[in-house]
Amino acid sequence: MLTRLANPARFMRISAVALPWCAWASCAVIAVGLYLALIAAPPDYQQGEAVRIMYVHVPAAWMALNIYLFVAVASAVALVWRHPLAEIAARSAAPIGAAFTFVCLASGSLWGRPMWGTWWVWDARLTSVLVLFFLYLGYIALVNGFDDPGRGGRAGSILALVGVVNLPIIKFSVDWWNTLHQPASVLRFGKPTIALSMLVPLLVMALGFMLLFAALLLVRMRTELNERKIRALRLNSAASVRPKRRSEHGVPARPAVLR
Amino acid sequence: MILAAFLALFRRDLRLALRQGGDTGLVIAFFVLTVVLFPFGVGPEPEVLARSAPGILWVAALLAALLSLDRLFLPDYEDGSLDLIALSSLPLELATLAKCAAHWVSTGVPLALISPALALILDLDPRAIATLLASLLIGTPALSLIGGVAAALTLGARRQGVLLSLLVLPLYVPPLIFGAGAVEAAALGMPPRVDLLLLGALTLAALPLCPWAAAAALRQALG
Repeated sequence: MLTRLANPARFMRISAVALPWCAWASCAVIAVGLYLALIAAPPDYQQGEAVRIMYVHVPAAWMALNIYLFVAVASAVALVWRHPLAEIAARSAAPIGAAFTFVCLASGSLWGRPMWGTWWVWDARLTSVLVLFFLYLGYIALVNGFDDPGRGGRAGSILALVGVVNLPIIKFSVDWWNTLHQPASVLRFGKPTIALSMLVPLLVMALGFMLLFAALLLVRMRTELNERKIRALRLNSAASVRPKRRSEHGVPARPAVLR
Repeated sequence: MILAAFLALFRRDLRLALRQGGDTGLVIAFFVLTVVLFPFGVGPEPEVLARSAPGILWVAALLAALLSLDRLFLPDYEDGSLDLIALSSLPLELATLAKCAAHWVSTGVPLALISPALALILDLDPRAIATLLASLLIGTPALSLIGGVAAALTLGARRQGVLLSLLVLPLYVPPLIFGAGAVEAAALGMPPRVDLLLLGALTLAALPLCPWAAAAALRQALG
């Protein structure tokens, strides 16, 4: 499938069909998820209604980590197999990942204020997610920091792979350092410790966020491909313009041809 | 043959760093000035300064090491020497290792050697000074190596200096945590052994991995 999508023109055709489906599906699933999270799910026995922030905070955190993994894998594919769209996928996904990380940090802050009594604490999980946010920003800055976009993409691929060591640190930080943030309840060895009535809205919201990521990624990739086409057209037209020649018969020179 | 080439490149970079003057003096001056700024900012009370001295010293050393990083590859890239180095029989990974080693000797070692004097200014507990020296000597190679990767990645970027800092500071967090942690443990009278060992582990892990990543980045830059 990856090789089938490698042709940019074919990718544009397939994504033109897939994009509306992803967008509408994500709206629907997030709507259902929000209903389940805000109305149907039970309040926590300790935290009361404030636990409902979890249904935004946790899926956003999952997306933040998984999108970085996506960026790293796409970068590896770009470096090793020189897949033409892998680099574009990586640089398109990074700002979405940075946004999800910001949502995770902000919602966590808003949740922490009533629960822990503080907006921020320097525990292992929060610190490593903050570092992840800066890694995203650094990647975005590097990729856009060169006049030649190809050079930026290649440098960014290496940076993404260098930063991937942070992901296991984030995941296991709550196990290694026993600090304020609660340990893993869903993705852990053994059964999840979370109740089913809370697990279902969580998973629905996670699915909705994934579809949202897919829709946004397709939009950004299509935009990037269109931008490259425009750039190529501009360079082509600039290269094919010749100075006007005045022939003896006063016939004007041919206009530049856009190929 | 490869060892001879490695040493030749190392000696060349060291000689350039010493003769072009700038780097070592600039880095030390920046380190001293930054550390001196803190008592003006947080107040001159000895208890407050002593409590935050490990962190202040390590952060200032980190920022000072950051200063000279963009000169690691850029002059050679601009005048074409980097192409010659890449084409030579010395593997590019070893070439970057030689350059990072020269960078460390010309910036990291002087920073470490002058740190005890600055620790006295900040009223750091005297039993922690040896640990401070050890932690900086063990940790600054990691800083030079990680900085080398970032310098190679940002070669030829529009705003290399700022971009380099943005990239390198998140990656500098682990050495900072363990380095400052070691000094703080020693200041409190506890053994700094664990932190120093982890710091050493970071440097040893960076030793093969960073030249590899930096060489890959240089190959992308040289096109």
